[in-house]
Amino acid sequence: MEQVVQQIIGGLATGAIYACIALSIVMIYQAIDHLNFAQGEMAMFSTYIAWQLMQWGAPYWGAFFITIAISFVLGYVIERTVFKPVHNAPVLSHIVIFIALFAIINSMAGFIWEFTIKPFPTPFGTKSVLGEGLLSAHGAGMIAVTGVMLGMLYLFFRYTRVGLAMRAASANPDSARLVGIRVGFMNALGWGMAAAIGAVAGMMIAPVVFLEPNMMVTILLYGFAGAVVGGLTSPGGAVFGGFAVGVIENLASFVPHFGAEMKLSIALALIILVLTLKPSGLFGRRIVSRV
Amino acid sequence: MSTPLLSAKNLRAFYGPTQILYDLNFDMHTGGITTLLGANGAGKTTTLRALSAMVRTSGEIRFDGKLISNKETADIVRLGVAHVPEGRGTFVRQTVEENLQLGGITQPASQISADVERVFTYFPRLKERFRQQAGTLSGGEQQMLAIGRALMLRPKVMLLDEPSFGLAPLIVQEMFEILRTLNKKEKVSMFLVEQNASLALELADHAYLLETGRVVMSGPAKQLSADESIRRAYLGY
Amino acid sequence: MKTSTPVTSVIAAIGATVITLAQNWKLAGFILVLIAGAIFPLCASGVFTFQITQLLIYAIAIAGLNLLTGFNGQFSLGHSAFYAIGAYVSAVLMTQLDMPFYLTIPIAAAVCFVFGFLFGLPALRLEGIYLALATFALAIATPQILKFKPVEHLTGGVQGLALFHLKPEAPFGLPFDQDQWTFYVTFAVTILMFFLAFSLVNSRSGRAMKAIRDNHIAAKVTGIDLSLFKTLTFGVSALFTGVAGSLSALLIAFVAPDSFQITLAIAIFVGMVVGGVGWIPGAFLGALFILFVPNIAEHIAFGLSAFFDLIRKVIPFFPSIGEQSAKGLTGTVYGVFLILLIYVMPSGLAGLLRLAVQRLARARS
Repeated sequence: MEQVVQQIIGGLATGAIYACIALSIVMIYQAIDHLNFAQGEMAMFSTYIAWQLMQWGAPYWGAFFITIAISFVLGYVIERTVFKPVHNAPVLSHIVIFIALFAIINSMAGFIWEFTIKPFPTPFGTKSVLGEGLLSAHGAGMIAVTGVMLGMLYLFFRYTRVGLAMRAASANPDSARLVGIRVGFMNALGWGMAAAIGAVAGMMIAPVVFLEPNMMVTILLYGFAGAVVGGLTSPGGAVFGGFAVGVIENLASFVPHFGAEMKLSIALALIILVLTLKPSGLFGRRIVSRV
Repeated sequence: MSTPLLSAKNLRAFYGPTQILYDLNFDMHTGGITTLLGANGAGKTTTLRALSAMVRTSGEIRFDGKLISNKETADIVRLGVAHVPEGRGTFVRQTVEENLQLGGITQPASQISADVERVFTYFPRLKERFRQQAGTLSGGEQQMLAIGRALMLRPKVMLLDEPSFGLAPLIVQEMFEILRTLNKKEKVSMFLVEQNASLALELADHAYLLETGRVVMSGPAKQLSADESIRRAYLGY
Repeated sequence: MKTSTPVTSVIAAIGATVITLAQNWKLAGFILVLIAGAIFPLCASGVFTFQITQLLIYAIAIAGLNLLTGFNGQFSLGHSAFYAIGAYVSAVLMTQLDMPFYLTIPIAAAVCFVFGFLFGLPALRLEGIYLALATFALAIATPQILKFKPVEHLTGGVQGLALFHLKPEAPFGLPFDQDQWTFYVTFAVTILMFFLAFSLVNSRSGRAMKAIRDNHIAAKVTGIDLSLFKTLTFGVSALFTGVAGSLSALLIAFVAPDSFQITLAIAIFVGMVVGGVGWIPGAFLGALFILFVPNIAEHIAFGLSAFFDLIRKVIPFFPSIGEQSAKGLTGTVYGVFLILLIYVMPSGLAGLLRLAVQRLARARS
């Protein structure tokens, strides 16, 4: 029993990572009605920016917030330059663009910072805060940061006019234009925000998995799984989904033959299971409409 | 005569390579209700979409004397052109409240709540449905919401695309009464596209008749409703 | 006409054949391809033969994905999984049961069909981005599933299976080396598979599928069991890609989990989009792209990095962050290629060809 509890808490700590990424996936999905396969790479690149800033002597939190700002601008610029010209192209073209972005960002990081692993600091320390090695300070900090971010997003989308305009622009672009919303600008804003959230996720994850150009590939899959479990239309659901995936993944270690190498298959199975049984996810909103 | 509020000169519109409108010319004056009549596929909806830059066009469109045919949709809307689109354009995932707020999203935040109240005086039904998801409203309620959303812009002109479409006759009557009131009390000029020609001619003061993308007749609404050929083809008596 | 000697009649026969061929350009083209395929490995270098064999294999895999997209309007970022299954079925049968390679192809095809069919069941309910997601997950998980411990004695685990000693020799004492023979086998299978693909596309049900692909209501009205049809198509698509995988096991003579990463799935996907969706011959153009463009990108990347070095020598203040490595730029160049491609020809090389043909036709008339 004690073992089970231990695994659950450990799962929550890794789940916080997935929750972060799931949140940024849902964000961009809400902003542009798309899943961005380059999302993880953008987060990775942002983390390198933070690392570079600290190499140049910036204090952690200074680097943290500057990185968020830079990432926002980068996300915005990528939308305006790369994505905008093909905005009306079919989904297949979009996926190719995401693949291209993936390749470009991944290789640029390797080009600038090499493919070797770099340690990344945590602002929270690594001491245990709960029992014997159950939850590290960094794990707790990560959960807290995710919570704060989620709260801020909720307030932004629920109570600000820009948030409302962004939701409207993604749900119904034509109608949004007809009430005077500049839809293209909103899309770019969505990319910017998603990049900023991704940057936070990357900086939170890097101390755990170390910094290298491929650090996000598998984590992105868990993030997807979390987003799908929670529902792609629900930021809160995505966070829950992220934590759930972390816990389930840890608990699966009790199943015989399920070594560490099978963990990704759990994410796969979860995605397919949820998409098949309840495509809108546990908390996703079903869209009711009359014709 | 004063300059027209909205005017088109040699307006052409295209869907892809296909031309839909051929050299349309029309004017509408401040405070008036102009209607555009025509059969299905004559190009009525396209004309409205051309006015708010939602299709590819050539030619000149002026609003308040300013050239707007080179502007983007959102910027035209911001000048006070409220387009109530075909199919009502409801934000189905958002609540009625949010739909109305979106209507006024380009207006100063301070005037929103007063304007929402003003919409309620015309459409009390919307007040009952305030927190409801807009997609769950009935067709008539969604049409009211669409007009209410347009009102939130404090528009100079409303472009109305078949407000009677798919509604029960009683509700249509009610709707047209409200439109008349809005025109009188709120001083909103209207450009009305309708298939129900008798209703439209009753409400409007000026009318244009569109056939396969061309204006084939125009004049005061009374004059058109008296016209023999219009009566037979569009009014059915 | 006077008397007919044997010589004139032979000439007449050849002439008649030429005329028939000229009139029936499809048949002529086919015969030309056959001749080219027969001669090619005799003239080309071993490396080039290897590359063209790989090209044919990719083309089969891409054609499989294209059937899925063309028929179902679905797509997949996970076809590397079926490629892997095809390769592994052949490899396991060859190493465990000493089965000759040729026999393993149909078995690999059948197994992939079943897997594709099974995966097609849940995929049936998914559209657009959700399908992308599910198949993406499949591609990511594939290498790990292949390392599954309990079946390690069959699959060789992380190490994979080596097949070098099992590669078939040319039969009947034909004077071909292994690479040449592999090419001929692949070439024959390619012709068979593309014949199948064309027949499918042009069959009655194939045309019906295309017609109703994007119209669910029409599909219901026509009364055919659309979901069964779509699931079957998923199976057939997997079958094609599985055959490609099986052939790749022969060509590379080695299978290991890390040969079937997401990059392979992406390559197949990119190949399909580049070649043109719904146009079967586009598979060859797509295969050409995914085989050679990464190499070209690498060359350009090295050129660029040399250029940067030069600039830094001339202008000492040129900003340099960290230590640049030329290897890193390859992905960037490749990505830029892809983006430009989508900008310039949104419907792939096929679209570009079609456009060119239209222009030509218009210029002539």
